[in-house]
Amino acid sequence: MHMADALISPAVGGVMWVAAAGLTVFSARKLKQEMDDRKTPLMGVLGALVFAAQMINFTIPGTGSSGHLGGAMILAVLLGPYAAFITMASILTIQALFFADGGLLALGCNIINMGFFPCFIAFPLVYKRIAKSGADRKRILPAAMAASIAGLLLGAMGVVTETFTSGISELSFKTFILLMVPIHLVIGIVEGFVTASIVGFVSKARPEVLEMAAQTSKGSQGSLKPVIVTLAIIAALTGGFLSWFASTNPDGLEWSTAKSAVDKVLPAPQGQIHSWFSKLQEKTAFLPDYGFKKDKAECDAAGEGKKGNEEQWPGVNAGTSISGLLGGAMSLVLVGLIGFGIRTFQRRKLK
Amino acid sequence: MGSIGSSFFDIGHLDVLSSKQTPVHRVDPRVKVFTTLLFIIVVVSFDKYDPARLMPFVVYPVAIMAIGRIPFAYILKKLLIASPFVLFVAVFNPLLDRNPVMELGAFHISGGFISFTSIMVKYVLTVSAGLALIACTGFDAICSALAGMGVPAVFTIQLLFVYRYIFVLGEEAARMARARALRSFGDKGMGIGVYGSMLGQLLFRTMDRAQRIHLAMMCRGFDGEIRYIATPRMRWSDWMFLAGWGGLFALLRLYDFPAWLGRGLGRLI
Repeated sequence: MHMADALISPAVGGVMWVAAAGLTVFSARKLKQEMDDRKTPLMGVLGALVFAAQMINFTIPGTGSSGHLGGAMILAVLLGPYAAFITMASILTIQALFFADGGLLALGCNIINMGFFPCFIAFPLVYKRIAKSGADRKRILPAAMAASIAGLLLGAMGVVTETFTSGISELSFKTFILLMVPIHLVIGIVEGFVTASIVGFVSKARPEVLEMAAQTSKGSQGSLKPVIVTLAIIAALTGGFLSWFASTNPDGLEWSTAKSAVDKVLPAPQGQIHSWFSKLQEKTAFLPDYGFKKDKAECDAAGEGKKGNEEQWPGVNAGTSISGLLGGAMSLVLVGLIGFGIRTFQRRKLK
Repeated sequence: MGSIGSSFFDIGHLDVLSSKQTPVHRVDPRVKVFTTLLFIIVVVSFDKYDPARLMPFVVYPVAIMAIGRIPFAYILKKLLIASPFVLFVAVFNPLLDRNPVMELGAFHISGGFISFTSIMVKYVLTVSAGLALIACTGFDAICSALAGMGVPAVFTIQLLFVYRYIFVLGEEAARMARARALRSFGDKGMGIGVYGSMLGQLLFRTMDRAQRIHLAMMCRGFDGEIRYIATPRMRWSDWMFLAGWGGLFALLRLYDFPAWLGRGLGRLI
């Protein structure tokens, strides 16, 4: 479920990075308040444990394929939501850095999908509701199952939403969901079993561990902070994502000028300074009109309204014409020469 | 994710690479992290039908790897290993998007194929930049860079701990997995029951170890804070690194270099 950089746009990646970073700072502050020193090495070691456990693949019965543990739910039960989130974030960071399992820009997305949803939504709202204090062993299995499935499905939805709103993959929302949900349902069931068996194991052999975890998370019961944080993230997401689906009808000002003026678009003044500034703005506007730089041809097509004419759909610009291809290949050759040159220079320096 | 033993050996190898002494290794880690992030953002910002303009960006990972003496084959192998998920999603593009947008002799190239190329090129660029970053910076330096950039101490300490104990626990997990495999008489898969109790055993050993570590650290004066040697100040060469690469990325983003090259070549021919 780790997302790669190539499939997301900077807007999506950036928003999720900000959300993940904000949540990390928030969790860190919460942990400092608890001032439980014993947790620090425990978090580190449990993080390494989940990391190691993620490398052990188990066979999914009936499908002939294998899956691996997510781990956030076990961490949440043993450490409490804040510490578990930070631990998951650290695991994902190391996986992104060392194994290229998930891109660096997509790290924010991965932390939200695999850290926020299980630790801050599935754990308090599903697991704790069903299992209460964890003393009743019969409640552990259904709680763990429900929470794991909920967490994984939310994460899968997150992946689909982020990929779809990035607009780079051609998969439609429906197709992607149909692909992701069944697999993650199965993985969620398995993870539910594993989580339940581990938590049951711990409650039988070392119940004091669960008590310690229950104690630390008791202080945060009923606090409004997680809700506020969630709302803030949703606000960020709305700004980032839903604006893509914002109405393309002209806003109030444009509408009124359009109605009142004869030309639909005000003609730009032709003076020298104006044209120089407009050229500069064209070059530097990284996100003109709150979208990515479209080619002039695309702008013309959009301006004329959706004519649905295939010849007029120029999603491709000059870069992919023959000269663009040639230039692209040439740049590769140039870079190869540069690399070769550096190596030769290094070798000569050694001698 | 491959056998456990080889994966952990792999992390160790990246650490060995990061201990070399080259100009790139000597650049301040904060600058390297920032430049790599900038690189990734700029690369990802290109339109999906524009793979040719992405090509010049290969110069950043290639230059870093060449000057940093990082073996290309090693990075290439890691790229291949991590590619399946991206491939799986990207392969739908040529299947779903069949509008022909270009003609190359007798072939019609569909928009889907172009966007597929663009995705794979972006993948190669971003992942190789990330691996080059870690290979020439080293994990401890990255953590100190993050701490210097304002990441909360709890998180950087967590990163350092996880990194340190991955090796310790990895060996433990490898030993358990090998013991199980040797006793399983040709049964290749691992059922859920065995997996659950193995994980539970690993968990207890982990927690015992954590307790011993904690007591040992307290005995040696640990108070919740890891102190770094004073973060070195940014040198003139660090600023040049940042300004140079940042300027190049901006230039390549704003101006269509391959098209210009191509037209020039076309005129020559």
